[in-house]
Amino acid sequence: MGKLKYVLKRLFLMVFTLFIITTICFMLIRILPQELPQEKNLQEVIKARWEALGYNKPLLVQYGIYLKNIFTQLDFGTSWKISVNRPAFELLLNGLLPTVLVNFYSLLISIPLGICFGIIAAIKKNRWQDHVISTGVMLFVSIPSYVYAFLVQYIFYFKLDWFPQVMYSLADADGSWFSAKMFYSMILPIMALSFGEIAGLCRFTRAELTETLTSDYMLLARTKGLTRAQATTRHALKNAMVPILPMIISSFIGILGGSMIIEKIFSIPGVGQLFVQSIQQLDYDVFMADSIFYTFVGLLAGIVVDISYGFIDPQIRMGEK
Amino acid sequence: MSIENKNLPLIPKEKFAFAHTGDRISDKKFDDKPIGYFKDAWLRFRKNKASILAAIIIICIVLFAIFTPMLNTRYDSTFMDPYYAKMSPRNVFLSQFGIATGGVERAFNERGYMLSLAIGVGADGYDGNTVAANKSDKKYQPILELKNIRDNKVTNKITYNAVIDTYLEVGFRYIQIEQSKFAEIRAYEEETGLHILFPLVEENDFCADKTNANYWYKADAKLNPVKADGSKIPYSEDMVFEDNYMRDAEGNLVYHVYTGGGDVNTAQYKVRVLYYNYYRYLNGFEPEYIFGTDSQGYDLALRMAIGIRLSLLVAVFVSVINFILGAIYGAIEGYYGGVVDLVMERIAEILSGIPFIIVATLFQIHLAQKAGPIPSLLFAFVVTGWIGTASRVRTQFYRFKNQEYVMAARTLGAKDSRVIWKHIFPNCLGTIITSSVLVIPGVIFSESMLSFLGIVNLGGSKMTSLGTLLSDASSIWTNYPHLMIFPAIIISLLMICFNLFGNGLRDAFNPSLRGVED
Repeated sequence: MGKLKYVLKRLFLMVFTLFIITTICFMLIRILPQELPQEKNLQEVIKARWEALGYNKPLLVQYGIYLKNIFTQLDFGTSWKISVNRPAFELLLNGLLPTVLVNFYSLLISIPLGICFGIIAAIKKNRWQDHVISTGVMLFVSIPSYVYAFLVQYIFYFKLDWFPQVMYSLADADGSWFSAKMFYSMILPIMALSFGEIAGLCRFTRAELTETLTSDYMLLARTKGLTRAQATTRHALKNAMVPILPMIISSFIGILGGSMIIEKIFSIPGVGQLFVQSIQQLDYDVFMADSIFYTFVGLLAGIVVDISYGFIDPQIRMGEK
Repeated sequence: MSIENKNLPLIPKEKFAFAHTGDRISDKKFDDKPIGYFKDAWLRFRKNKASILAAIIIICIVLFAIFTPMLNTRYDSTFMDPYYAKMSPRNVFLSQFGIATGGVERAFNERGYMLSLAIGVGADGYDGNTVAANKSDKKYQPILELKNIRDNKVTNKITYNAVIDTYLEVGFRYIQIEQSKFAEIRAYEEETGLHILFPLVEENDFCADKTNANYWYKADAKLNPVKADGSKIPYSEDMVFEDNYMRDAEGNLVYHVYTGGGDVNTAQYKVRVLYYNYYRYLNGFEPEYIFGTDSQGYDLALRMAIGIRLSLLVAVFVSVINFILGAIYGAIEGYYGGVVDLVMERIAEILSGIPFIIVATLFQIHLAQKAGPIPSLLFAFVVTGWIGTASRVRTQFYRFKNQEYVMAARTLGAKDSRVIWKHIFPNCLGTIITSSVLVIPGVIFSESMLSFLGIVNLGGSKMTSLGTLLSDASSIWTNYPHLMIFPAIIISLLMICFNLFGNGLRDAFNPSLRGVED
């Protein structure tokens, strides 16, 4: 019962926060002057649409119409610049698949590698293996992702010419996001994304595991007669996973958002690039929809982490101060 | 006991003696000075070799940013030469050892390779006498080294991989000068022995490109070098280009043509110059840039110094503001608790829910026109940046506010402000300093990311940031790697060093680690 109440409370707060942020964004964007394009036919279409959205009414009424449209017909407005007269929501949905795909592949590589390196570093603490891994982690966590992006482009495209410089368009890759050719062109962005992810996960795993390895129950387990390997896998790893699992879960939610900079460098047609385009071309409705999306993903990741803690480890009682 | 004591015989007073009859005994004074909080932190920080190294590197980068513009006496940060844009690193002294030669490896097709080769031969044949390519003086030869020639059987194209000096590759240019300046250049040539003015090219059928002064040799419409009878000259090491110079009726070379104007000062001459030497005539020194030039022709070293200054100033400013705001907000939250805490915590929670990139974008759209891009960027950083610091301060306040010494202070009549700042706040200093230092790499990264994505525009003739330099380079860097490499190295170094430095501080300020490493 307590759990359910806590979850509901968090969800309510999330919706409330989302509502306030949406309101602020909406007001700030709607007060900006909007220009009509030169084309006569398009002008008529836009004017009719603006009329329906209540552009000549007070701001609050406009906001009411905007919210009503979202709830009744999932209408987040229309794109006038990036892709003329297409719903903003549709553009967002189209961008979602490539973003999720690239980030998902990257996570599939990063999670096992990151955890493995972390475990090695923790078990061999203060030996050369640990020093090598820790130094590498320090480097890879600090260096910005676009530097890796250029590095992998330079080595694997420019010098060796193994992979294409940017991702193939849908038409070039047999018309499917899941084709082998598409995956082949995604390898470079996947690599660029994975370095930082592996390093971050490795650092976290090492920190948690070293803590559990030195705790009292490990000593007890060894005194009972368990070998070091047994004690490590059965007790230390299991307990270290309590904070690691929520982090992995939040990474999986984070893949919805993706990385704008990587999407720009490798021209991945995802939500991040859509966001950058909407700013550069001042396509306000798309910008608004993308902003709501990003805020939602961010909030969701936070809440899922908190809730998953309670489900993974029954000792943590949720909602307690 | 007392009953038994009564049975004891009385001990006479004389049998008692003082155990110590001398000076008064008092506690010994400490020989050492007491070690305060910060001294203790410093002692532990000093042992962390990586952090010390990081601090030294940061200092070096800061010194580089401060002194590069000052030490450069030849030109200031607005100096630029459009012909010398995207040049590779070059230093006359270092090039003797094979570094910073101004060379870059590039793949040419046959025509392009021969054109570059011809620049050197043409510069040698200033008097109109052409020699074979391999006999020519190498002084102005852009081709530094021919690595290999690849013959692609599939596409039937021959590729020449060669190291080319980007400064000499600029070659010849047509320029318009006044008659008086023409005389001046002639005098300069006499004085220094450098050749600036070269014969003009005849605009006939052999002139492949009238605007490109590098086609001084006879070439056909497809830009291939040809002989006088129109037959193609194939590439070989001892190939001889046939010149297409303009000659007057007596057969003398023509160095200038009159294009307009009246007297000595306004008469305009069209001349053909070897740009490398013309640059020396104009500026009085050879073109050399230790980090090369950027995409517009500014000295990359100066641009990087300006960029580092901007990035660091923004980062430090944001860090200081966050420190102050976060400390005040967190202190009030933590100290008063209850409803105040609840409301303030909700506000912070909502603010922290907005993704930073959206805040930055909104500020840019609304404020950049009025207040300029840098203030709006700062505002964006400040709006949500203090939340982390505030929550750390709040936690510390919850830990300390109910301790006895605080209660004692309050009983003695200390005001709230005194209890907050004098008694509780110093306990949070270590944590906040650490988090303030760790804010800096985050700000540098976010700033470079925003200018890279083009959301913030920090470019300009006097202003640039590391992210802008990277962004300018991002589309052309495969041909000019130095544009990407140097800013990327600097930004990576800054990030690594600030992270190491911050981690060192965190360990040093953490009292629970005291004595662990010994």
